[in-house]
Amino acid sequence: MYQGDAIRDTYKSLAEWSEKLGPEELNAKRAEAEALFRRIGITFAVYGEGGDPERLIPFDLIPRVFTSFEWSRLERGVKQRAEALNCFLRDVYHRAEIVRAGRIPAELVFQNAAFEPSVVGFRPAEGVFSHIVGIDLVRTSADEFFVLEDNCRTPSGVSYMLENREIMMRMFPDLFRKMRVAPVEDYPDQLRRTLASVAPEKCITDPTVVVLTPGGMNSAYYEHSFLADQMGVELVEGQDLFVEGDLVFMRTTRGPQRVDVIYRRIDDPFLDPLHFRPDSMLGIPGLMNVYLTGGVSICSAPGAGVADDKAVYTYVPDMIRFYLGEEPILKNVPTWRCGTPDDLKHVLANLGDLVVKEVHGSGGYGMLVGPASTKAEIETYAERIKANPSEFIAQPTLSLSTCPTFVEQGLAPRHVDLRPYCLVGKKVNLCPGGLTRVALREGSLVVNSSQGGGVKDTWVIAD
Amino acid sequence: MHLKIQHTSTYRFEMPVRYVVQSHRLWASQFEGQSVLGWNVMVEDAVFGQYFTDSAGDRVRTMTLNGPLTELRVHVEGEVMTSDQNGVLAGHIERVPPLAYLRTTDPTKPDKALKELALATSGSDLDRAHALSNAVAEAIVYRPGTTDAHTTAAEALAQGEGVCQDHAHALISAARTIGMPARYVSGYLQASSDGVPHEAGHAWAELHVSTLGWVGFDPANKCCPDERYVRLGSGLDAIHAAPIRGITHGLSSGDLEVEVAVEAAQQ
Repeated sequence: MYQGDAIRDTYKSLAEWSEKLGPEELNAKRAEAEALFRRIGITFAVYGEGGDPERLIPFDLIPRVFTSFEWSRLERGVKQRAEALNCFLRDVYHRAEIVRAGRIPAELVFQNAAFEPSVVGFRPAEGVFSHIVGIDLVRTSADEFFVLEDNCRTPSGVSYMLENREIMMRMFPDLFRKMRVAPVEDYPDQLRRTLASVAPEKCITDPTVVVLTPGGMNSAYYEHSFLADQMGVELVEGQDLFVEGDLVFMRTTRGPQRVDVIYRRIDDPFLDPLHFRPDSMLGIPGLMNVYLTGGVSICSAPGAGVADDKAVYTYVPDMIRFYLGEEPILKNVPTWRCGTPDDLKHVLANLGDLVVKEVHGSGGYGMLVGPASTKAEIETYAERIKANPSEFIAQPTLSLSTCPTFVEQGLAPRHVDLRPYCLVGKKVNLCPGGLTRVALREGSLVVNSSQGGGVKDTWVIAD
Repeated sequence: MHLKIQHTSTYRFEMPVRYVVQSHRLWASQFEGQSVLGWNVMVEDAVFGQYFTDSAGDRVRTMTLNGPLTELRVHVEGEVMTSDQNGVLAGHIERVPPLAYLRTTDPTKPDKALKELALATSGSDLDRAHALSNAVAEAIVYRPGTTDAHTTAAEALAQGEGVCQDHAHALISAARTIGMPARYVSGYLQASSDGVPHEAGHAWAELHVSTLGWVGFDPANKCCPDERYVRLGSGLDAIHAAPIRGITHGLSSGDLEVEVAVEAAQQ
């Protein structure tokens, strides 16, 4: 929000608005928003913590604002990255030119747990492996964005983007009349079109799309049902689908219905017990054979996870140069790979200043934020790293951009990040908005909802 | 050698089941040491998907069957011509990079003993592969009934006895430990030359040797596969390489009966 001491222009009218409203009114509005969220039922489950398992994710009334000029650059950067990640996936499952060229180590790709050997040589519809690319970004200055991580499998959180906007529009219709905010409401429609555009060759009718969920116990179940509902497609669990011969069918009251595209919100190992884990009850037995013979499309494609591994992340700028012949528009955070001895030495010597993450972890679980940790915590973590160095990467803490946020004491700056959602099918589409997550604790850099983070609406406004 | 194979798997269900789905990796491989003269997989009333060649070069297809069923019989009949290639899998078309066969799986996870066994070998890739196979053969005595389908490589080595599946798992685990890609192979063995019928459904391991590519090793019989071996398919371990993968919830081992006969065709 701030540029030096001055407030960014984009925020001026918002600042006037909130001043006019005053803290009491804002407080009342916040309570109103919370009641609305409760009524809709958006909650999220936090693993590994006691307390209310269906907690409400804290919502902050003050939106985060981008001008369309700022956004257009960011949009080019995100699309560039989404394109390069899909090029990489097509490549490593075909000739692996990037490995042959020595631009990325073979073992990092082929020995990666997320590399799926069975799809080597298989070309998914339109050559797309990752159909929804969620890229986590932070801003460090007016024109500088850093990518924290890529999410190529099934990035979650888009339901918050949509719900946050709806709540804001309901509560502050005047504001939306005054400021021309780019709409995000057509995201579900775009998602459905993206999924339909990657129907398999064998599909000759209007494609039937379904959302596959692991079920009501999953922390993102609300989002699964919300998206299915918004797209107007069926929400299914594994047991609702079955294989016959070379096709997948859905059980319906009118008899079996053929399914063409599965937007799956379950991980590879659980997709098909005849192919992956034999004990999985969540998937559809026989699904992978149908997939490999072109009878159904699975989004994201099995094996897409090899592109969003945190160790592979460090090579994404190289991917952009290698496949697209362009310079990356969005920067990577400098990253040390603890698997290499020199990096490991540096990391262990500087743990107090670094953020350390597990290569395969997500959601802010199991990470170390050096500056916010006690000596004992750092020492314990160092032992974990030493026991299995290649499982960890480390990054410097960045001076993250802050955004005015309504807290107990009134408006105060808090650190934010942004996850925009890029859709990749026949066309590439970036929704003008995204999920802004805010670290509500003062000085905190961790925005994950499981770690005390909240969310904001994200606005792209006409210049 | 001209071999004829008869392989029947009969599943009996105590309670009738309304639906069965299986993935069949039941077609003999094609490579320099083996060519298929005739092959047929039969299941009464089943719906079959199309055959496809997977990334490891195996012919795979889906079988589904609607019940109610109390019994399911999968019958394989085939004829192949084989020749001794000293275990080398030459001319086999596949797409998976060998490095992908370095990952561990639950049954092939190495423990300290397996690592020690692996690290005790030295020399060229090929020397080490032979040494590993011999070491596994010595450490695990062939004794049917001492292990089951879920026994891990580490458990088999610790108890010092097992069957071909355990030998293969132990060899795979040890090879991966020293950075040599390894995989599980399922197939048949013609082993009745002494007039006594042996277990003809068989399994062994393939190790990726830098100079030769994939080479088969059979610790259970202390040799490399020769003209008596019929190769079906491969995978990271016995589960991945299983000729038939199906949902067998509620099936105890006694409910599945497998008969395999491999005979040299009369000249």
